Amino acid sequence: MKKLMLGNEAVARGAYEAGVRVAAAYPGTPSTEITENIAKYDEMYSEWSPNEKVALEVAIGASVAGARAICSMKHVGLNVAADPLFTVSYTGVNGGLVIMVADDPGMHSSQNEQDSRFYARASKVPMLEPSNSQECKDFVKAAFDISERFDCPVIVRLSTRIAHSQSIVEINKRQNDELKPYVKDPAKYVMMPAMARARHLAVEKRMAELKAFAEETPVNTIEWGSTDIGVITSGISYQYAREAFGNVSYLKLGMVYPLPDKLITEFAAKVGTLYVIEELEPFFENQIRKMGIKVIGKDILPVTGEYSASLLRQKIFNEAFEKSYDVDVQSPVRPPVMCPGCPHRGTFHVLKKLKLTVTGDIGCYTLGALSPTESMDTCICMGASIGMAHGMEKARGREFGKKTVAILGDSTFIHSGITGLIDIVYNKGCSTVIILDNSITGMTGHQQNPTTGFTIKGEPVKQVDLALLAKAVGIDRVRVVDPFEIKEFERIVKEETEADEPSLIIAQRPCALLKNVRYEGPRMINENCKKCRSCLRIGCPAIVDKGDKIMINSALCVGCKLCTKLCSFNAIVKAGGKND
Amino acid sequence: MTDLNIMIVGVGGQGTLLASRLLGNVAMKQGFDVKVSEVHGMSQRGGSVVTYVKMGEKVYSPIIEKGEADYLLAFENLEALRWIDYLKNGGTLVLNDQQIDPMPVIIGKAKYPEKIIERLREGGVRMDVIDALQIAKECGNIKSVNIVLLGVLAKTSNIAKEVWLEAMREVIPQKILDVNLRAFDAGYNGTKDTSKA
Ligand SMILES: Cc1ncc(C[n+]2csc(CCOP(=O)(O)OP(=O)(O)O)c2C)c(N)n1
Repeated sequence: MKKLMLGNEAVARGAYEAGVRVAAAYPGTPSTEITENIAKYDEMYSEWSPNEKVALEVAIGASVAGARAICSMKHVGLNVAADPLFTVSYTGVNGGLVIMVADDPGMHSSQNEQDSRFYARASKVPMLEPSNSQECKDFVKAAFDISERFDCPVIVRLSTRIAHSQSIVEINKRQNDELKPYVKDPAKYVMMPAMARARHLAVEKRMAELKAFAEETPVNTIEWGSTDIGVITSGISYQYAREAFGNVSYLKLGMVYPLPDKLITEFAAKVGTLYVIEELEPFFENQIRKMGIKVIGKDILPVTGEYSASLLRQKIFNEAFEKSYDVDVQSPVRPPVMCPGCPHRGTFHVLKKLKLTVTGDIGCYTLGALSPTESMDTCICMGASIGMAHGMEKARGREFGKKTVAILGDSTFIHSGITGLIDIVYNKGCSTVIILDNSITGMTGHQQNPTTGFTIKGEPVKQVDLALLAKAVGIDRVRVVDPFEIKEFERIVKEETEADEPSLIIAQRPCALLKNVRYEGPRMINENCKKCRSCLRIGCPAIVDKGDKIMINSALCVGCKLCTKLCSFNAIVKAGGKND
Repeated sequence: MTDLNIMIVGVGGQGTLLASRLLGNVAMKQGFDVKVSEVHGMSQRGGSVVTYVKMGEKVYSPIIEKGEADYLLAFENLEALRWIDYLKNGGTLVLNDQQIDPMPVIIGKAKYPEKIIERLREGGVRMDVIDALQIAKECGNIKSVNIVLLGVLAKTSNIAKEVWLEAMREVIPQKILDVNLRAFDAGYNGTKDTSKA
């Protein structure tokens, strides 16, 4: 049977067909749908782990116990999981272990565009990279075979355009799902110096074997066309190259690490001009140049951003785009915004009003850095808000600390905020931390997390009690507040930043997009409006300034009434209703 | 067959994703190779969103480049303007006549461009303009704007109506299917042809 599938969905199917029993992940665009789709199969256990490091450790445990296991994350997630990665490379596996990592060239939804291929080389783990959904499925299955044959984890790398494009996939049956026996083997699984030294030798031997394997594996393919031009490429870049170069010869590297030196040398010898087409870093290019082969690549192509067929045409063949229509397309940008009804909007209103220095974090609330709220000073990586607030206070003293708060979401707090909070208590900081608890992992599209009370399959489960947790680590000042009660919220933030000890404020109101959140429907602005524009300060996309008139867009407004609280003239009322 | 490239542009939250998935299914039913490129994550939050549907004998890149779209399905006027260079010479713009102000306009830092439809028409763009929001409301669900527009597109395309209906039955959940079938019909029957050519 054939089916149209997202790359991520095809990865999930590949895991199913490969007999995977355990899947663990932390969400992150563009990898999230892998595990969301795995959760639809009852034959596989799946979970949202608190972060990528834990997810990988769960998968390693499952592998050592004899099951095939898969672990998925976005590129920056692999930074978090790098610690177990480098050593599971030494221990190797029992059941096959595959790590999915999704890079984001062009940074559609990320804070950097790191190239994960370097992790394969640095940790001495083989890496595959598919170029469409069918290959997503096939390569995941191939990765499990490689993992068990060579006794190593295997990384499969995706990029946004592969993970988030649908193409046609042939569906097959599930196989290989029996557990391997568990055998206690400290020499292999207890990595103390003596054992690890022996394992490092095993890793080097394995690398040599993998290098030989790379020469023959069917995931590396050559398509012969005209030999005037040869192109070495992989993943999504292959698709762009096919469109830009047409009928030339291609060496498509399905295995991006280690590289097949012989295959590359032979291919290079048979073609005229040789191009290396790869997004981001010159990962292939530098290795191929080191082999003494002349190539064209990053000398004319960028290391930043996404590629496209037209970019290749322009840079390589100097073909320029010609406009078909005589229309000036200069238009105002449309950046993403917090949704109408977003609980974070109340928080940012207060933070802006108090003119605080805000160390921020990653989630929907990062949008608070943009106009008109503009109340976030930093955003580095998940959990960084807390450590940074503490560092600022240590650098500039207590008075500066009193004008500083750290803000982060519930999922981000669990991911890597807890350790920062402990640091503040332990090292006598006085920072104020605000957890924006919207009862869900919002930015990545509504995943459950340990604070929400549900598992990935929607089963009810104990919730982390954030207030109790904070008390247990030594925070005596814990406040819970509704961010839409802006007056009370403001008072509490003032009190807590003033206090000479650390505090935690939990700003609790659920995401407006959650199914159980119901507001009473659109508001409207009536003739009482004095055009003071107070309501516009919260940056709600449903409130529009028509110059002579302020209006509410009824197709967007949900009726959260935050704007109504800002209006001193009772001019904002229920559409079709009366003042309240 | 000849290749067909359809680009869908709009504002995050308008339902462009479902539209592109439906189109993908329609293409598959026709026995074409197909790729649908979607947008998830950050830009879905009220930002400018673009999805691509490419079908043909063999599709390589999932991305439609400038000057390559046979159809530009625009859910909003400013987005139509922003992406018009992607429409091929002789292609058709299917436009939902709706204005959603982006944040720079809302806070007075930029102006929403005036007379977009007139400017596009004067620039030589062939188009079908429809108030899909109003039609969707009349059909009973304001969220069906996407399906109304697909109805318009279906009529202009030479793919049999039954294929579209079948794809809808497969992709759209049962409880909102009826509303959407009505919305599709309204689009299919409702548009007045404002094309210049
Ligand atoms: C290490 C790492 N993993 C995953 C992500 C992707 N990511 C960005 S924000 C976010 C979750 C945000 O959820 P929450 O903190 O609850 O805030 P919300 O979006 O709900 O406001 C995730 C998973 C990331 N940026 N970095």
